[in-house]
Amino acid sequence: MIAIRNLSHRIGGATILDEVSLDIPRGGITAIIGPNGAGKSTLMGLAARLIPLQDGRVEIDGQDIARTPTEELARRLAIVTQRVGVASRLRVGDLVGFGRWPHHRGRPGPADHAAVEHALEAFDLTALRHRFLDELSGGQNQRAFIAMGLAQETEWLLLDEPLNNLDMFHARRLMARIHALSRAGGRSVVMVVHDINYAAAWADHVVALKDGRLDFEGAPREVLTGARLSALFGMEIAVEEIRGRPTVLHHA
Amino acid sequence: MPDRRLLALAAALLAACAFFLFWGLKGPAGFILELRATKLAALLLVGAATGISTVLFQTVTGNRILTPAILGFDSLFLLVQSLLVLGLGGLGYAMADGAGKFLLDTALMMAASLALFSLLTGRGRGDLHRMILVGVIFGLFFRSMTAFVLRLIDPSEYSVIQSAMFASFGSIEAGHLAMAAALFVPVMAVIWRLAPAMDVIGLGRDSAVGLGLRYDRLCTLALLLVAALVAVSTALVGPVSFLGLLVSALAHELMKTPRHALLLPAAALIAGLILVIGQGVFERILGLQSTLSVIIEFAGGLLFLYLVLGGRR
Ligand SMILES: Nc1ncnc2c1ncn2[C@@H]1O[C@H](COP(=O)(O)OP(=O)(O)O)[C@@H](O)[C@H]1O
Ligand SMILES: [Mg+2]
Repeated sequence: MIAIRNLSHRIGGATILDEVSLDIPRGGITAIIGPNGAGKSTLMGLAARLIPLQDGRVEIDGQDIARTPTEELARRLAIVTQRVGVASRLRVGDLVGFGRWPHHRGRPGPADHAAVEHALEAFDLTALRHRFLDELSGGQNQRAFIAMGLAQETEWLLLDEPLNNLDMFHARRLMARIHALSRAGGRSVVMVVHDINYAAAWADHVVALKDGRLDFEGAPREVLTGARLSALFGMEIAVEEIRGRPTVLHHA
Repeated sequence: MPDRRLLALAAALLAACAFFLFWGLKGPAGFILELRATKLAALLLVGAATGISTVLFQTVTGNRILTPAILGFDSLFLLVQSLLVLGLGGLGYAMADGAGKFLLDTALMMAASLALFSLLTGRGRGDLHRMILVGVIFGLFFRSMTAFVLRLIDPSEYSVIQSAMFASFGSIEAGHLAMAAALFVPVMAVIWRLAPAMDVIGLGRDSAVGLGLRYDRLCTLALLLVAALVAVSTALVGPVSFLGLLVSALAHELMKTPRHALLLPAAALIAGLILVIGQGVFERILGLQSTLSVIIEFAGGLLFLYLVLGGRR
């Protein structure tokens, strides 16, 4: 469980997060939803210690992240941020290989190579492994970074808008892959998603943020209602049950 | 197994060294060889320091265009020199030209450059525009400070400082060389241990922290080492603005890898090759003494323009 307690964050004079407290359950997929600028990325960055904590506490499986060595955290939690960009020219295979750093710290062994192969395969990247990142499409690039997070083989996997840039085929494939990880693999995945229908279809738990505060959380079937989503996004949103799942109709 | 490209570079450098030492050897061989060996060692040391410091600096700051030298480092060196002349007086400056001055130069350069570099990391990392601005502003600032200090200096002492303004591979003192080497060796030992971690630093702050690196601490340490290398090289031969850029671009182009265990030796070997061949050809074949730095600056300057004007990032 990731326990977030009274987390507040300010930049300059602006309050980005305001006293957020919530529990992200272990196992399964947790989807974080909310309008642009709600503080979703900031919340993830704080929980993954990419941003220094200002106020409040985060515990990962009972361990306070402020008091856990960062090397150890890297073996428990992997994060793929929203805006990834690498200055140096890098091949896909090398990038995914970096995911193993927390385990070998500079001296990769057979287990590391196997994990990299596995991650490349899982995201259809084997044929692209010798390509440079700046020679890939946006979606291929995105998949390479997610594969790096997967290769880290951590209990927790945090993905910030992983479906960005992905076509329908690869988006669905990624969700199926993550779902399998969270079931058979026993891993816990937290992801920011904008398409609520993906959250409704795949998530076990939904967390909604608005203006830096927790708006609601719970099982998708219970919390993804027309009234709640309309209030969250400030627009008319209808939710209908299609094939036993809440389905959001927001295009018209 | 060592990389084939590195082996080829090492072999080429060895041949260049032999050419530098033995070409056109006549007269008292022992004496001339000793002179040449001193100069050769200095060229290799300056090359390695410049190449390695530039590659490290570019990794930490996340860019491939700016180098410590381009970011106003040469003007900082001049400022330090003119402050020393002002403080010690021209005669004192000329007389203090020994171990004390070398150490003082190095220490001042390290302190000043660390302050300068620290402005370029953290949030500013990878922000090329901000870095160019900082470089331009500090370059201007150091230059006008130098001009101001020079105005305070007695005109007759001005000639002392003038000779320090340009890189000179012509005359190198064995004493300076020994001191430079004494600083260079331990710095290189630390860099070699850091090399794998620097590969991860190259991914940028978020990825590096996510992978469990103590990013800020490592970057500060790396910049301190860069400052030491640049200070050693500058104190030995003076400012070489564009050599680092040239060498780093060539090393990345040749090795095409994020691994510093390959990039750093490649940069050191390429820089040595350029300096030894260049100086050898100028001295032995063309009979010229001090034009090498001009040629390097010209080639490096062209490359800089090419990179800035959008050739490739
Ligand atoms: N480095 C920053 N400086 C200033 N404001 C920031 C910074 N990072 C984020 N913000 C602001 O914080 C708010 C939340 O950002 P973010 O967490 O990225 O939102 P989300 O991921 O939900 O779209 C936004 O209003 C954004 O403008
Ligand atoms: Mg975001």
